[in-house]
Amino acid sequence: MKTANGHVFKYGENVDTDVIIPARYLNSSNPKELAAHCMEDIDKEFIKKMSEGDIIVAGKNFGCGSSREHAPLAIKAAGVSCVIAETFARIFYRNAINIGLPIIECPEAAAAIAAGDELEVDFDTGVITDKTTGASYQGQAFPPFMQAIIDCGGLVNYINRTVV
Amino acid sequence: MGMTMTQKILAAHAGLSSVSAGQLIEANLDLVLGNDITSPVAIHEIEKMKVDGVFDRDRIALVMDHFVPNKDIKSAQHCKCVREFACRHEISNFFDVGEMGIEHALLPEKGLTVAGDVIIGADSHTCTYGALGAFSTGVGSTDMAAGMATGKAWFKVPAAIKFTLTGKPAAWISGKDIILHIIGTIGVDGALYKSMEFVGDGISYLTMDDRFTIANMAIEAGGKNGIFPVDAAAKQYMKEHSARPYTVYEADADAVYDAEYTIDLGALKPTVAFPHLPENTKTIDEVGEIPIDQVVIGSCTNGRIEDLRTAASILKGRRVAKGVRTIVIPATQQIYLQAMEEGLLRTFIEAGAVVSTPTCGPCLGGYMGILAEHERCVSTTNRNFVGRMGHVESEIYLASPAVAAASAVTGKLSGPADVVLE
Ligand code: SF4
Repeated sequence: MKTANGHVFKYGENVDTDVIIPARYLNSSNPKELAAHCMEDIDKEFIKKMSEGDIIVAGKNFGCGSSREHAPLAIKAAGVSCVIAETFARIFYRNAINIGLPIIECPEAAAAIAAGDELEVDFDTGVITDKTTGASYQGQAFPPFMQAIIDCGGLVNYINRTVV
Repeated sequence: MGMTMTQKILAAHAGLSSVSAGQLIEANLDLVLGNDITSPVAIHEIEKMKVDGVFDRDRIALVMDHFVPNKDIKSAQHCKCVREFACRHEISNFFDVGEMGIEHALLPEKGLTVAGDVIIGADSHTCTYGALGAFSTGVGSTDMAAGMATGKAWFKVPAAIKFTLTGKPAAWISGKDIILHIIGTIGVDGALYKSMEFVGDGISYLTMDDRFTIANMAIEAGGKNGIFPVDAAAKQYMKEHSARPYTVYEADADAVYDAEYTIDLGALKPTVAFPHLPENTKTIDEVGEIPIDQVVIGSCTNGRIEDLRTAASILKGRRVAKGVRTIVIPATQQIYLQAMEEGLLRTFIEAGAVVSTPTCGPCLGGYMGILAEHERCVSTTNRNFVGRMGHVESEIYLASPAVAAASAVTGKLSGPADVVLE
């Protein structure tokens, strides 16, 4: 599979779906429109400063709150290549897998990696390398059934392949 | 090894004699739910799937509740998309303006959720139906699409936390105070990935409306679901609302729990969650002077008839404080009608509150009560995240209907005992 390379935007614990994509924008489901407001209520500069491929690193319970799939969609459409967190809220975790946004749980990486660091993430092995500090971390690999969904490119393709 | 109540329901729906925590299963679904925000995304996804329609037109519920009557052109387009889908696939449980209510109040009222069901909904508060002894959990739109297409969903069988509720609740203690107390104790990720199983003699003192409120907020502790045993009150509720047969599951005596908590309901005090997380709780005697600008009484957490009765009992013969916009939102048309017949709406209006048609409205900052910079709201809703009800510099204090109504009268965060002298 592929690797992700990018600079880190770092956030704290319990980053909720209301700050990832505020409800006032949920009258749209267009990924590009959503991306324009991604992280707006926690970090107004995020969309201006980030470049394609950058990586979000955060503390525990990332994506808590609403079930809105608009949250991982906004992050993915903004060009984020991977989200690393200590833990993810369960609906966000499911949604991210289902729409093909790579996410990795790794408490050590979430604690140690600093904003602005340059990372390389290997999705095959789950290894996260901090090129700025030289440190590397072993992230949690996906359970096999989730790997199958990812290998198919998301749940829709997975169903198209298995149900029909 | 024994199974929890949740595990037994999941095992039965996966066609397995037993399951254990962490196991991945595929379960048959009794109901798939979506609303006006999440369904359009799901409809877009199902249209990409090579499937012929939906798995069962009677087991899908589509509820237009968040932005209806539509607040702007985009939300109108969303509802139109769902309406056309519902029409095309002859979805029997499509609820639009005039029939709709807030989904988690509406579905049990319509008898669509009963004990023993497995239900997924593209809305995080789908966990509400655990009050009836069902397994229900929130998912995203792609899961909803897959559920509508196949009638199945993948689950990781959750481990459990047991909450033993004991004794009779103290005066003014409602389901909201109990669940806020629990979230304050275990934190917003205290039950992450787990089922919250409520047991104990204290449950017999709780009305079904109290239990819906408690199960509703399981997600605010990170829980996958919250679930109650099926007792006489639950059976009576289902008898009154549903013609569907139900199945009662009970936890095994040797079921395994990751943690256990005992809560003495008699010792609780009215509890408020301060900004900006539901875990930031204080009891009413600790809150200090917090002047407020708005009160919201409604939502899938506390927009049911008993919530309105409690609020009305405090507002009767009183006026809301000058400058406190007080917004009351009955959760369904049926509740609205009942509140009218009981004279509650008159009480609210005479007190200086407004009464809205059923909608989620301000709960998620959609419309009908958006907060400006530095404004404060006491709300019976379930989330007080940054910007949830409007400006990022506004504040939400989560509380019971009794605390919300008392605060409306005094103009500051207050307990019912400050207003009603008995
Ligand atoms: S009332 Fe609030 S929490 Fe409940 S479904 Fe509506 S927006 Fe969601």
